[in-house]
Amino acid sequence: MPAETILQISKISKSFGAIQALKAVDFNLRKGEIHALAGENGAGKSTLMNIIDGILQPTSGTIHLNGQEVKITSPAQAQKLGIGFVHQEIALCPDISVAENIFMAETNASSARLMNYQDLYERARTVFAQLSPIDPGILVRELSISNQQLVEIAKALTLDCQILILDEPTAALTEKEAQVLFAIMKSLAARGISIIYISHRMVEIFDHCDRVSVFRDGQHIITSEVQDITPDDIVKNMVGRVIDKLYPPKQEQHEKTGETLLKVCNYTEKSRFRNISFEIFKGEILGFAGLIGAGRSEIAKGICGLEGNIEGELWLRGKPVSVKNYQDSINLGMVYLSEDRKGDGIFLDLSIASNVSALCVEQVATRWGLIDASREREQARDLGDRLNLKRGHLDQPVSSLSGGNQQKVALAKMLSVSPRVIFLDEPTRGVDVGAKSEIHGILRNLARNGVGIVIISSELPELIGVCDRVLVVREGLISGEVSGDTLTEEHIMHLASITGSEPMKGHDMQDARP
Amino acid sequence: MSNAGIPVNEDGNKIAKTGILAAVMRIASMRETGLIAIILILFIAMSFASPYFLTWVNMRAMVMAFAVEGIVVVGMTILLISGGIDLSVGSVVSFAMVLAGWLFLSGTDPWVASAIAIAACACIGMAMGFCVTKIGLHHFIVSLAFMVIARGACLLITQGRPIGLYTLPPEFKFIGQGSIGPIPFVIVIFVVVVIAFDFMLRRSTVFRKVFYTGSNEKAAAYSGIRTKKVIFLSTVLCSTLSGFAGIIYMARFGSAQPTFGIGMELNVIAAAVIGGASLKGGSGTILGAILGAVLLSVVSSSLALLDVSVYWQDIIRGSILLAAVSFDHYLNKNKA
Repeated sequence: MPAETILQISKISKSFGAIQALKAVDFNLRKGEIHALAGENGAGKSTLMNIIDGILQPTSGTIHLNGQEVKITSPAQAQKLGIGFVHQEIALCPDISVAENIFMAETNASSARLMNYQDLYERARTVFAQLSPIDPGILVRELSISNQQLVEIAKALTLDCQILILDEPTAALTEKEAQVLFAIMKSLAARGISIIYISHRMVEIFDHCDRVSVFRDGQHIITSEVQDITPDDIVKNMVGRVIDKLYPPKQEQHEKTGETLLKVCNYTEKSRFRNISFEIFKGEILGFAGLIGAGRSEIAKGICGLEGNIEGELWLRGKPVSVKNYQDSINLGMVYLSEDRKGDGIFLDLSIASNVSALCVEQVATRWGLIDASREREQARDLGDRLNLKRGHLDQPVSSLSGGNQQKVALAKMLSVSPRVIFLDEPTRGVDVGAKSEIHGILRNLARNGVGIVIISSELPELIGVCDRVLVVREGLISGEVSGDTLTEEHIMHLASITGSEPMKGHDMQDARP
Repeated sequence: MSNAGIPVNEDGNKIAKTGILAAVMRIASMRETGLIAIILILFIAMSFASPYFLTWVNMRAMVMAFAVEGIVVVGMTILLISGGIDLSVGSVVSFAMVLAGWLFLSGTDPWVASAIAIAACACIGMAMGFCVTKIGLHHFIVSLAFMVIARGACLLITQGRPIGLYTLPPEFKFIGQGSIGPIPFVIVIFVVVVIAFDFMLRRSTVFRKVFYTGSNEKAAAYSGIRTKKVIFLSTVLCSTLSGFAGIIYMARFGSAQPTFGIGMELNVIAAAVIGGASLKGGSGTILGAILGAVLLSVVSSSLALLDVSVYWQDIIRGSILLAAVSFDHYLNKNKA
């Protein structure tokens, strides 16, 4: 590997108001290497990448590209400098063709008055020849999530870039598709393109990357050749403390009650999932693992009556129940915390107090249906204190809080109805490390007090660290269950992406349980 | 103020240090306070400019000018908070008048005729609500269509001519023309409607759900609120209040005009927005919206007294709307 440095970041700092997202970070990228970036959410990886791509401007520090100092002021300029960025979120226009999406920037810059579709499709086909057989003429909306991801990558590749940033590209891919992507990355690197690869999966870092840099709390902690470091070292550097204290203690043997809180039998929704059967026991934290789009959230939403036409039976504490809409579910004590906090979890403009009361405003109202403002505030204060919510005045809008505290408000909203079972979808996404372990501790306490907790997460370390038992969902089916010694990333990833063999059906699963 | 709609009662004694100051700051920063200040300044300036301005007759005329429209403003504000909008209010007001008037002339008791007309307006609201919540069309387009349809119905019923209703019984005319002591009955109705809805919007759980829905429809659905029902009912309420206003106008004028209320929707929306309602939903107050209506009315009246051309008045009103919205946008940007 030539040791020629292509990108040199020196003493880059970035602050947002009082929050310092990056503190004098140094980072260098060699020509033709695959460089992994590791770090918790909020560690500063994304901020640094956004600075390299010109989306954000650093507060101080310098960037040298090929030995020359550059100021990257916009993504368009980053493209001119040969920097391509594939974002984690797919940002394509769903109603136009694949080829038009790929060459959008070029079309925008072009002075031609008419579109030359023939040429566009031809060139798109050339790009896809090395990627995957996707028809450039079809609309993006008709592609699967993983193929849309590939279109994003193709888009970056056409820019003739020398640096390619990939932000968790495999989150939505099956193992097979991920392997194709790694092969493409290798061939790009061999052509001298440098790749910055952001991932949470240790296996990918060790199998496919040359070097790894670890970030924590806005600081660059360490950069190392992968052969000189172990996964444990990376994790230790990521979290900055001994790993076993990151997560709360698991369920003790004597705490296992065997008492079924919720039993789901043969839940089927025609297009999203089928034959889903499982139980939640009192005192445990159950996890749902699987790739994005596998149907994890859909199952939870289906159980809570939030979406879908469901067939199947539901037993709550031994009694059959029927849930037609979410109101029924709330009345039964089953609540769902959405994965998209800002999109559908909280009311950003409304006050903290009115957010907490939203699930059942009647609770803080008089018999005549009038809201008692002091009772509403009292409820928010009590629940907020229980969750150690750091807040200003209860009448302030939730938008004034940090991500972790917003999530605590969403959680307080769930707790306001004293639920029996809580489904939490990505409960710590976008939450800083401190608040994250606090939330985990809260969940463990709830479980101890007899509340059924189900966590859906894409972060395997979180599932493994917090849950007592994890169900793996693949393509709308439960493909397996792991607990105890089998609760490892390898087992889960295998179950989440096995291809070829038909996965076990729901009823087999039950028989297989010890 | 984006969250001005939620009751902001002072929690001062709990946070003793900043309590009183915070309370004063909060009241000072409220939309309503600013509007009242502007209106007072206009009053003072105008009382110097025109001796006629502060007379009882002029005051009464000004209040009468917006009182009935103010009832429509109430409905529109609630609909705006829920995230909707209704362009058909002017046509629906006229439709209520024309239908009730036509039924009366056909021999129906005026009270029954009015009840039928208001119910018909509620049905227009239901039809719009159906299109929005069941078919999934946008409020703007749906109400635009019904604005034209309702106006067409008015013209069809009357064959384009105003209907004179000289035989309306005096006890019916009292609604629009009578007074209790020195106070016109119209103003009494207006004040009662405003106080009732302002109170309910601040305090009742039912209307709180309108705020939740308008603030973030998905989050509201994920809180177990039946958002489509909320939107449907808000739409129906707005049309019903418009119908109610139409009946008052009929009693006041003693006639039904098929071309009445053209352009009313713009006035009404402007008043609500000046008063702090957001077109994105989730914020607004009745008090603010009514103050918006008062401001527009005071400005119109002032300009008329100062002999400013009628044509200039529209330009000035539009500019006030633009200024109010820009100011709001500026404030919100600074907050974020």
